Amino acid sequence: MSDLQSPTNTTAEGTRTGGKAAEEAPTAATAGADQPTATPRRSLLPSSTLLRHLLVLLLAAVGAVVLLEITDPFTNSQLATLTYYAIAAGGLTVLTGMNGQISLGHGALMAVGAYTTALFLSADEPLPLPLILLAAIVTATAVGALVGVAAARLHGPYLAGATLALAVGLPGLAIYFHDVLGGEQGMRVRAPRAPEAFDSFISAVSGNSATNTKWLAYLGAICLLITYFLLANLIRSRIGRTWRAVRDQEVAAELAGINLGAWRVLAFVVSAAAAGLAGGVLALVVRLAAPSGFTLVLSLSLLTAIVIGGLGSLLGALLGSALLVFLPPFVTDLGAGWGLDNTEAAQLAPFVYGVVLIVAMIFAPAGFVGTLRMRWLTRRAKRAAAQPSRG
Amino acid sequence: MTVIAAATAASTLAACGGSDDGGGDGGGGGGDASANEASDIGITEDSIKLGAHFPLTGVAAPGYSEIPTGAQAYFDCLNNEGGVNGRTIEYIYRDDAYNPTNTSQVVNQLVLEDEVFAIVGGLGTPTHSAVLDFLNSEGVPDLFVSSGSLLWGDDPETNPYTFGWQTDYESEGKIIGDYIAENFPDAQVGLFLQDDDFGEDGEAGIREYIDDQIVAAERYTPGNTNVGPQIAALQAAGADFVVGFNVPSYTALSQLTALQLGYDPQWFYSNVGSDPTLVGSLLNNFSQGQVSDASLLDGALTTDYLPTVDEPDNPWVQEFQRIWDECGGDGELTNYRIYGMSQAYTTVQALQAAGQNPTRDGLVEAIEIAGGDWEGPVLAPFRYSEDSHMGTSGMSISRVTGDTTEEVVPVQLTDIGDAEIEPFDGEMAEVPENGIPNEESVID
Amino acid sequence: MQYFVNVTLTGLTEGMVYSAFALALVLIWRSTRIVNFAQGSMAAATTFIALALIQAGQSYWVALIVALLSGLLLGAIVERVVIRRVEGGPELNAVIVTLGLFVAIQAAIAIVFGSAFQSFPTPFGLEGFQVGDNRIALTPNSVWVIAAVLVTMALLVVLFRFTRIGLAMRASAFGQEVARLLGVRVGRMLTLGWALAAVVGSLAGLLIAGGEFVYPAYMDSLIVFGFVAAVLGGLDSPIGAIVGGLILGLALSYVSGYVERGSALVNVAALVILMVVLLVRPGGLFASSTARRA
Repeated sequence: MSDLQSPTNTTAEGTRTGGKAAEEAPTAATAGADQPTATPRRSLLPSSTLLRHLLVLLLAAVGAVVLLEITDPFTNSQLATLTYYAIAAGGLTVLTGMNGQISLGHGALMAVGAYTTALFLSADEPLPLPLILLAAIVTATAVGALVGVAAARLHGPYLAGATLALAVGLPGLAIYFHDVLGGEQGMRVRAPRAPEAFDSFISAVSGNSATNTKWLAYLGAICLLITYFLLANLIRSRIGRTWRAVRDQEVAAELAGINLGAWRVLAFVVSAAAAGLAGGVLALVVRLAAPSGFTLVLSLSLLTAIVIGGLGSLLGALLGSALLVFLPPFVTDLGAGWGLDNTEAAQLAPFVYGVVLIVAMIFAPAGFVGTLRMRWLTRRAKRAAAQPSRG
Repeated sequence: MTVIAAATAASTLAACGGSDDGGGDGGGGGGDASANEASDIGITEDSIKLGAHFPLTGVAAPGYSEIPTGAQAYFDCLNNEGGVNGRTIEYIYRDDAYNPTNTSQVVNQLVLEDEVFAIVGGLGTPTHSAVLDFLNSEGVPDLFVSSGSLLWGDDPETNPYTFGWQTDYESEGKIIGDYIAENFPDAQVGLFLQDDDFGEDGEAGIREYIDDQIVAAERYTPGNTNVGPQIAALQAAGADFVVGFNVPSYTALSQLTALQLGYDPQWFYSNVGSDPTLVGSLLNNFSQGQVSDASLLDGALTTDYLPTVDEPDNPWVQEFQRIWDECGGDGELTNYRIYGMSQAYTTVQALQAAGQNPTRDGLVEAIEIAGGDWEGPVLAPFRYSEDSHMGTSGMSISRVTGDTTEEVVPVQLTDIGDAEIEPFDGEMAEVPENGIPNEESVID
Repeated sequence: MQYFVNVTLTGLTEGMVYSAFALALVLIWRSTRIVNFAQGSMAAATTFIALALIQAGQSYWVALIVALLSGLLLGAIVERVVIRRVEGGPELNAVIVTLGLFVAIQAAIAIVFGSAFQSFPTPFGLEGFQVGDNRIALTPNSVWVIAAVLVTMALLVVLFRFTRIGLAMRASAFGQEVARLLGVRVGRMLTLGWALAAVVGSLAGLLIAGGEFVYPAYMDSLIVFGFVAAVLGGLDSPIGAIVGGLILGLALSYVSGYVERGSALVNVAALVILMVVLLVRPGGLFASSTARRA
């Protein structure tokens, strides 16, 4: 679920990028917070990164099943929503968190994935679902590569502007090609039924009934786990280190013979692949691919999720996505509880959401994970200072 | 972000069928609560929970967000009189900001967490499309969708729990086309269309009658506020009669652009976009002595399937005014609120017809059996039956004059496809006591 | 021919509206190196204040002045209370804060003023000028919009190029340390930058609102096109903002007017235009060489 990084490496990262106080926090977060379910004692974990990640994957999978089985159907559906936000935010983490490129247009890449899924599912005899989702990933990756090539030349607000135009421009194609893509009212998506094995699995695990909502939540969770597992490994690999170098030490990286442009494009491609998968899951969960589902708001929400959660950390992306999903209904219900009518309560939700963003950035500029991480590091450093021979 | 055709009400004199005043003593308000049971999800001995999704925030909120406040006021007044069979209505409406992704979430919440008995009046074509399969697979009655798309009623076999309510856009187009063919046979007709199913269905209906008269069809995409090129193209094509299938804000934009260009054709706005009270007064506010003609919309034609606030003498409008004054919130009674109240009225008819202890399937059955005979504020009867879940089938045509409208053609009935257009021979329904219908149960 | 003239003129007017919004973005960018996503909401807020005054019987001009002053105040408050806390931090944090402001202010407007359509009057005529036998798509109101935007642009050019304050503002934006060493009161300059930008934004909001409907989200589509126009011109240049807005307005109007179902292609066209320009000039049309490295 999260990029599990050993504390030693974290410190090393911190030192390498040290001196740039402003970027310290994201980098520390990049190095990742410990998965809460994992054992905090390093010595108990396998030494190989891959094995360690596999172990976390297993624990996270068990955790996901437990979570989905102890919560009610509505929470199940919220968790299904959470999965597609988190998958896309995970991809954006690679791009923005690891490689330092901003994108306000990932919602459009999700649209590519969603429409691909919708098109393949509308066939008379649709392909198996994993193949369809793979197709969604491939299409979004292709579009992402195109955008990435253009984006690699751009910086800061110019990149923001270009991706912003992408966010509103690409869904416009669906309106223009309305015969194929359904126009404004979109393409309805019928998710394939759950396989029989799923029914027996659920009844064996918890005895709950295997509803369609539950099946979609599981589907999303499986995609999420696989995505985060792959991304975590990627981030820890040489590729991930190169991305960070491109972000933090542009000139040095170039001197070292790294082709900055190519690495930026690669980051865009990887994040586009995640966005494509997220779009596919969205289409299944929402049961529709329509332009009004891929507004600028979606792209901006993804960016919000990764910054609020803690830039550069997959766990942060997950937590940030959870905020997107759970905060608005929570505030609406709170407002209704205070005796506001339904309209007033609905207007309260965006207000509180906006205020939360502002307050979070002021008081926890490194995001949830980054802030906790820094606290923890500070404490550890103090302890280490008091007890230098520890180890 | 787009605002799509959903619904606005506008109308003139009503004529609605009726031999007797429908219903006996079976359903009415108050009632005997002792035989009540918690007969299905969302039903207790003393309450019925209903849910809805509307855009309450964002670009589509203006106007549409008033619909549920009208329905809420109606249900509140109903509850003061004892509700339906001794059960009060608990009405929960949630915000989807006109984004299908949100619609899917809030409807999940309504069905799975709030556990409503039925969804009533969910607004918008793309938004409601997202929950169509979910509601039908969960067996949740999906009543009276606030949109004139054909999706809701055309195919009851696939979507047995979903019912349309307002006149569909294709039938409306047919009635408009027929009117033009009869009364303006020499007109060069231009179409100003929203680029989605709303404009498409309307165009299809119109073309059944005046295909050869149409000289231009211009489409705008909601959200793109520059309609200059489209209006200029209609002008350049020599159209002297323009039919608009557009939402109210684009009625205003098209009027302002035409004013700019000195373009003065005969305008005909479909029901969704007309709302002369709203658009007219908004346009007049610009004047401040600048717009030479005090009322830009003056002389424009439009269609109606509900009474409107510009008919203060209409007994239904008077009753709705009373309800709004007694049970409503801030603001004036608007046509959007009348729309919400009328929808709530039909909902109560359905609940009464579903009997003392309604079930979800029973509710659907009751609408199929009895819905075709219901009378109320809606001008023409519904088409509900086992084979069709389409809403009301007819419309009248009226002309905007000053601050009000006058009827040009009384209510006519039609249906989608090649159904004929016929005059409707019924009369306006009488307003029942307290504005509460009194339908008999048709379920054992 | 008349059709071409009219499509051109509507594009011109629409483009000027983008320009007005882009100008405000450029001003904030020049003075604080932040792209302000809350610009639209802030402008909508002051427009609603103006509308409340007009509805209370005040004249348009009184309302205009009060709106501009409240924009000044709002900009200064936002900078002092919120933006100050994230300045110098990671770039993205400032972006998220302005997004938060955007959402919160818009929601606050809906709570205070309601979300119904309201019409915003203009003191100028809405009928096109008569040329020969025809009216053309240029109204006294659009002349007012164009004139107001051009004057504002000229004032900004003068401010930045010929005044000490303008220089100090630029210096504060580019290098706080150096500016401080040179005796510039950087904090004050940043506040001033936001306040002035909010004034320009308020003006843009009022110009856009005149003769149109307003509701809390009425600036939403302009955020995109205004931003695209600013980037097109090169975020650093007031003249670039005007040119960017005009190019965008005209091009979109032609696409809408000359392509079958072109209105649906407008957003796509904006994407294509921006991409082509940025591929040739990654810093926008009027980029100074230093502006490239944002």
